[in-house]
Amino acid sequence: MSAALQTAIDRRSFLRLATVAGGGLVLGYYVRPSGMAQVAKPDAARADGLFIPNAFIRITADGSVTVYSARPEVGQGIKTSLPMVVAEELGADWKSVSVVSAPLDAAFGPQFAGGSMSTPMSYTAMRQVGATARTMLVEAAAQAWGVPASECIAEVGAVRHSASGRSIKFGDLVAKASALPVPAESSVMLKDPKDFTLLGKRIGGVDNPKVVTGQPLFGIDQKRPGMVYAVYEKAPVWGARPLSANLDHVKGLPGVLDAFIVDRTVPAGQVTGLVPGVAIVASSTWAAFSARNELKVAWEEGRMPNSSWDDFARQARELASAPPGSPGVAEDRRDGDIEKAFAGAAHVIEAAYSYPFISHTNLEPQNCLVHVQGDQAEVWAPTQNPDGARKLAAEVLGIPAERIKVTMTRIGGGFGRRLDSDPVAEAAVISQRLGVPVKLTWDRAADLQHDHYRPGGFHFLKGAVDSGGALSAWRSHHVSFGSNIGADDYPARFVPNYVLLNSKLENGVPQGPWRAPGSCTYAWMTCCFLDELAHASGKDPVEFNLALLGDKDLVAGTGPRGRPYNAARMRNVVRQVAEKSGWGRTLPRGRGMGLGYYFSHQGYIAEVAEVTVTPAGDLKVDRVVAAVDVGSQIVNMSGAENQVQGSITDGLSAAWRQELDIKQGRVVQSNFHEYPMLRMADAPRSIEIHFIKTDNPPTGLGEPALPPLAPAVCNAIFAATGRRVRQLPISRTDLSWS
Amino acid sequence: MSKFTLQVNGRSHEVDVAPETPLLWVLRDNLDLVGTKFGCGIGQCAACTVHLDGAPARACLTPVSAVGSAKVTTIEGLSPDGQHPLQRAWCELDVAQCGYCQAGQLMSAAALLARNPNPSDGEIDEAMAGNLCRCATYYRIRAGIHRAAELSATVREVRS
Repeated sequence: MSAALQTAIDRRSFLRLATVAGGGLVLGYYVRPSGMAQVAKPDAARADGLFIPNAFIRITADGSVTVYSARPEVGQGIKTSLPMVVAEELGADWKSVSVVSAPLDAAFGPQFAGGSMSTPMSYTAMRQVGATARTMLVEAAAQAWGVPASECIAEVGAVRHSASGRSIKFGDLVAKASALPVPAESSVMLKDPKDFTLLGKRIGGVDNPKVVTGQPLFGIDQKRPGMVYAVYEKAPVWGARPLSANLDHVKGLPGVLDAFIVDRTVPAGQVTGLVPGVAIVASSTWAAFSARNELKVAWEEGRMPNSSWDDFARQARELASAPPGSPGVAEDRRDGDIEKAFAGAAHVIEAAYSYPFISHTNLEPQNCLVHVQGDQAEVWAPTQNPDGARKLAAEVLGIPAERIKVTMTRIGGGFGRRLDSDPVAEAAVISQRLGVPVKLTWDRAADLQHDHYRPGGFHFLKGAVDSGGALSAWRSHHVSFGSNIGADDYPARFVPNYVLLNSKLENGVPQGPWRAPGSCTYAWMTCCFLDELAHASGKDPVEFNLALLGDKDLVAGTGPRGRPYNAARMRNVVRQVAEKSGWGRTLPRGRGMGLGYYFSHQGYIAEVAEVTVTPAGDLKVDRVVAAVDVGSQIVNMSGAENQVQGSITDGLSAAWRQELDIKQGRVVQSNFHEYPMLRMADAPRSIEIHFIKTDNPPTGLGEPALPPLAPAVCNAIFAATGRRVRQLPISRTDLSWS
Repeated sequence: MSKFTLQVNGRSHEVDVAPETPLLWVLRDNLDLVGTKFGCGIGQCAACTVHLDGAPARACLTPVSAVGSAKVTTIEGLSPDGQHPLQRAWCELDVAQCGYCQAGQLMSAAALLARNPNPSDGEIDEAMAGNLCRCATYYRIRAGIHRAAELSATVREVRS
C-alpha cells in the first residue's frame, strides 16, 4: 500500500486498515438498538490505526472479496446464504468471494442462530451492506470515466459502462472508492429482484470442501497448546448435589491430573446453566472417560427424586377430568357458547393425545474449549448463542463479559440445544481452577440424560361438526411441563365456539427449545384431530380444512399483542399441495395420503405424506410433497431444499420412534441403542418441494417445514388402515390391519 | 502405557498410549486427525468410521492394540486431493447440513463403492444402515452415492 493511500485511508472515517497485507476497501456498519442492521455508518478507525473487526466486506487490490458471516453455522446454511445476499447486491463474482466466520463482536449485530430468525432479521440489512459498497465502486468508476454513475452497473466483480463497453475490475477501484464519502442510507438503491443473478440459484455450502476432507471445523475439533481434557459428571436425578466422591482414588488413575467437586448453581436456582457436579481432568479424552467409569459419588436427592412419566400421565388425566374452575386449570380463551354448540352438533368426538419428552441428540456431543488466564478468558464453542455463552461464562468466572473472547466454531447440530451454554460454564469453571486450556467433552449418556428436553405433553380434546359439515366447536385442555398452547394458536379464531384450558405439571425436568418449539407438537395434535373431525363430517379433509380457513385473507390477532394469521397464504399452500400430490386419488387398502399444515416461524407450509402400511403393521413413508411459502425470495435454492428435505425426514424420525422415559427423577435411556433414530432405509424415498413465492419478506427455513410432517404421516396412516395414532411415538400404536 | 506403530493414511506413526484406548481417540488426541468423529462410543452412529485394510470399521470400538499392521485410512486420507468421486459428488449435490456425520458417511460409502461400483437403493440401505445423520440428509446421501457411482464410471470409461 502506498503512503498516499495509507494517508487517505486514515483520513476516511469509514475505512480501516486491514490487518492483512494489501489493505483494501473495508466497509463496516453499526447496528441500531432495535437489532436491525442499517446501512454503513462511519466506522471510526482507532487512533492507533489497528483494524477493528466489525466489517462485513473487504475487497483487496487483487479483486478478492471477503464477506464476514456473523451468525453461527449450525447446518442451516447461513454461512453461505447471507454472504450470497451481500454478494448479490455488491455485484461480486461469487467465485472470487471468500466467506470468513466473524468473531463475537457487537459490530455485527445479533449473532445468535435460533428461531429461524437469521434470514428475516438480516436479509435487508445484508442487501444494504452489499449495495453500499457497490454504490461506492460504481461512483469510483464513473468518476474515472467522467460518465454519470447511473450509466454504470456492477456485475461479476467489475463495474461496466455499457454505452462505451468499458469495464474496471473491483480490485482496480479499491483505492479510488476508498477516498469517496459513504453514501447516505436513503440514497442507496437496492437491486430490483428481477435483476438478481445469484439469489435463488443452487450454491453449495462454502465449507463443503472442508467438511468432506475432515478439516477441524467443529467445536470438538479445537485444540490449544497445553490443553487438557475434562469430563463433568452430574447427578442422574436433576438438581441433585454431590455430597462426596472417591476423589483420591480417581486422582490416582492413569492420566488423571485433577478431580474435584463443583457445588455451584449459576444462575442460581436454574437447571440449564452450571449445576453441581464432579470434574475430572486428564491428559487425554480416553483417560478422562475411563476415570469417570471408576468415579463413585454420593448424591443428595434431587428436588423430585420420584417423578416418573407414568405418574405425570396420571396427574394429567386427573386434571383433564377435574370439574370446571378447578385449581391448576387456567381458561386462556373462550369464544361463543361451547356447551350449546356441542348439544346441537351433528357429530362430537373426544380424544386424548399425548407425546413424550425427546432429546436434541446433536451428533456432536456437547463440548467446549475454554482458557481462563487471570481476569480474562477465551472460549471456543459450538454455540448458537455466543452472547449468552459469554454472559454465562462471565457470571461463572466473575470476569467482565468484555474480557471474554468467544470464537464460534461450526456446530455439529443445534436444533435449539446450543442456545443454552451449560457446557461453556462447566469448561470455564474447570479452566479457571487449572489456568490452562480445558477441552470439556460430554459422552452420549451425558448428552441424553442432561439434555434440555423437548417437553412431552397431553392434549384432551373435544370437537364438534354441525349438520352442514363445518367445525362448530373445539375444546382443548393442554397439560404441559412448561409452555402451553397460546390463546391465538390455530385453530383459535377460526372456530365460533372455542375453549382453551391450560395446566402445568410440577416437575424438575430441564427443558429447552427443540426445532420449532411448541409448533412441533401442536401441529400434530391440531391437524390429526382436525382430520378426525373431517372424517366425521363426511367431507374430504382438504375441503374441510379449506372451509375452516374461511374466506378472510388476514385474520386479526387477539388483544394488543396478538398477531395476524394470513389465511390466504395458508389456503394457497393447502391447495397447492393437494394439486401437486394428486390428492384424492383412490389408493388400495394399506396405502393412504394425509395432510398436515401449520404456520410457524413466519412460514406457511402444507405437506402431504403418502404411506404404505403392511397388514402386519409395518410402516413405510413413500413420498412427501411440500408446498412452502416463505415469502418473495428463496436465497439459496440448494440450501432451502436441503432444509425442507431435512425437516421432513427429521420430523419423521422424531415422530416415529423417539421417546424418553422418565423414572425416579431421571431419564432412563443412555445411548442410541435405546433411543432409535431414523436411518437410511426408513427415510422417505421421494420428497417433492414446491416453493410458492408471495409478495412477503423472505423468512427462515430451519424450522417451519418440520411441524406439518407428523400429522401428514399419521393422517395418511388412518387413510391406509383406519388406525388413529393419538400417541407419539407412532411406534407405540399397533398399525396392523386385515 | 504401551508403544504402538500405526500405519495411517500411508504414514507410520508411533504412539504411547494405554492398549485399550480406542483408535478413535488415538487419531483425534494423539495424531491430530480430528476428521474421524465421536458420536456415541458404542458403534451405534458410525460417525467414527475408518477403513482397516479397506474394510469399514468403527474406530470407537477398535482398541489401538487390535490394529496391528492394518493400514488405517481416515477421511483425511480418503483421497490425496479431496477429489474422490464421493467427495466431488458431496460438493456437487451439497449433501451436508451440519456435516458432523459426513466423514463417517463418506467412509462407509467409499467401502461400499469399492466392492460394488453401482449399488442399488437396497444395497445402499444395507451398507449405510449403521450411519446416523442427525440432520437427516439421507435423501442427499443416497443421491450422492448414486452420483459418485456415475462419476467413477466416467473415470473408468476414460481410462479404458
